[in-house]
Amino acid sequence: MELSLATRTVGEHTVLEVGGEVDVYTAPRLRERLLELIDGGARRVVVDLGRVDFLDSTGLGVLVGALKRLRSAGGSFALVCDKEPLLKIFRITALDQVFPLHPTVDAAINADPTGAGA
Amino acid sequence: MATVKLSFSPAPVHVRTARLVGVAVARRAGVREDLLDEVRLAIGEACTRAVALHRQYGLPDPVYVEMSDSGAYTVRVVDRAPIEASVGLAALPPDELAKESLSEDALTTGVGFALLAGFVEDLQVRPVDEGVGTEVRMVWPVGRA
Repeated sequence: MELSLATRTVGEHTVLEVGGEVDVYTAPRLRERLLELIDGGARRVVVDLGRVDFLDSTGLGVLVGALKRLRSAGGSFALVCDKEPLLKIFRITALDQVFPLHPTVDAAINADPTGAGA
Repeated sequence: MATVKLSFSPAPVHVRTARLVGVAVARRAGVREDLLDEVRLAIGEACTRAVALHRQYGLPDPVYVEMSDSGAYTVRVVDRAPIEASVGLAALPPDELAKESLSEDALTTGVGFALLAGFVEDLQVRPVDEGVGTEVRMVWPVGRA
């Protein structure tokens, strides 16, 4: 399935809903969209991976890039993921210790240490 | 014994094709359903790595993939890049992963190897027998239990 990207705003948070396959071919589009959001002033970003059915190292690299960019800008970045196959990918790469991972968008927003829950 | 061979131009768009073929052959070979996600991811990572290397070295040569089900399901992904690769390049610790100084490419390579090593119990990364390049060889059991 092709990559799908949809953005919505919840309070002060920008939620990017990602669906389909994030791989070496589609990850550049995810990177572009995240950069657009950050360059456009988004500082509290939640990426919802709920409809992602494939994620590879290239996609993970893009997500880490966004996390670093937001942290250095004083913002926050969190992921929403509750699918076991994807969670296993985060555990194996130790990225579960790098990203704040939450089961729902609400949980991600409420747990944001920079405040401003919806 | 059945063998499926595939070679593709080193372009990211073809990696998905290699994944789809790899999983289809795995299913037919009798690899357990619950392992197919891992097969898909591992073949994708091995092919992504090969494509990245060919592009990095400006090599137009195709990436070669061979799948066979003689006894077990074996997938070989062969690149032609002039480097000495090994599995030893694997896992970066979490504090390294989040470091500013680590480039996205370096991170992706490290994470890719961590996924291969984590998902493939029987994994070998070794120089090809003839010429220049590396072969990533992955084997999964064929469970007809």
